[in-house]
Amino acid sequence: MPTPGELKERIEIALPGSTAEVQDLTGGGDHFRAEVISERFDGLSRIDRHRLVYDVFGDEVGGPIHALSLKTSTPEETT
Amino acid sequence: MTNDEIRDFIQQSIGENHVMLFMKGTPEQPMCGFSARTAAALNALGVEYSALDILPDPRIRQELSGLSQWPTIPQLFVDGKLVGGADIVTEMYETGELADTVGVAQPAAEQVPEPPAVEAPQTAPLGLENRLG
Repeated sequence: MPTPGELKERIEIALPGSTAEVQDLTGGGDHFRAEVISERFDGLSRIDRHRLVYDVFGDEVGGPIHALSLKTSTPEETT
Repeated sequence: MTNDEIRDFIQQSIGENHVMLFMKGTPEQPMCGFSARTAAALNALGVEYSALDILPDPRIRQELSGLSQWPTIPQLFVDGKLVGGADIVTEMYETGELADTVGVAQPAAEQVPEPPAVEAPQTAPLGLENRLG
């Protein structure tokens, strides 16, 4: 069962320089919320930002990771 | 109904409906919080939309995600283009971008729409489930 820590690590490795805060929404290990801050999002639409993060997990999203709610920002957008 | 027929039906639904929502359950009876939130945003805008319940057959979701390259449900399409899932739709509702995208005025009261969805101004169900089996 994936843990928030594991998801955080995988996002931060896949998007170097990013920071991710991941919560397990239900405690069941399948509904997660991730707030991701990365330079890579700069200039990208919301759709493309979310795809970047979903792509880290491939088929696991919709599978073992039943839901992954996302908030994506660039470092500039958070200041 | 074959997988090809399901895919064609999905493609046709996306092509023919200005605002097309694929969700779990129906706007009146959403079966998932994310679907409920997305339908509630559309209801709050008062825009007419079509909705398709993906739950009656797992192949609907497989074919839809294959077409859209988007892994989760709900999925909102406007004018044939994927707008996003529940997070994106909610964010866009809050910023007023969703109203622009679907071509209606943003409601005066700035509130996050809350499920359950009420008085969905949607068109008749598309009835894919009746053709399955």
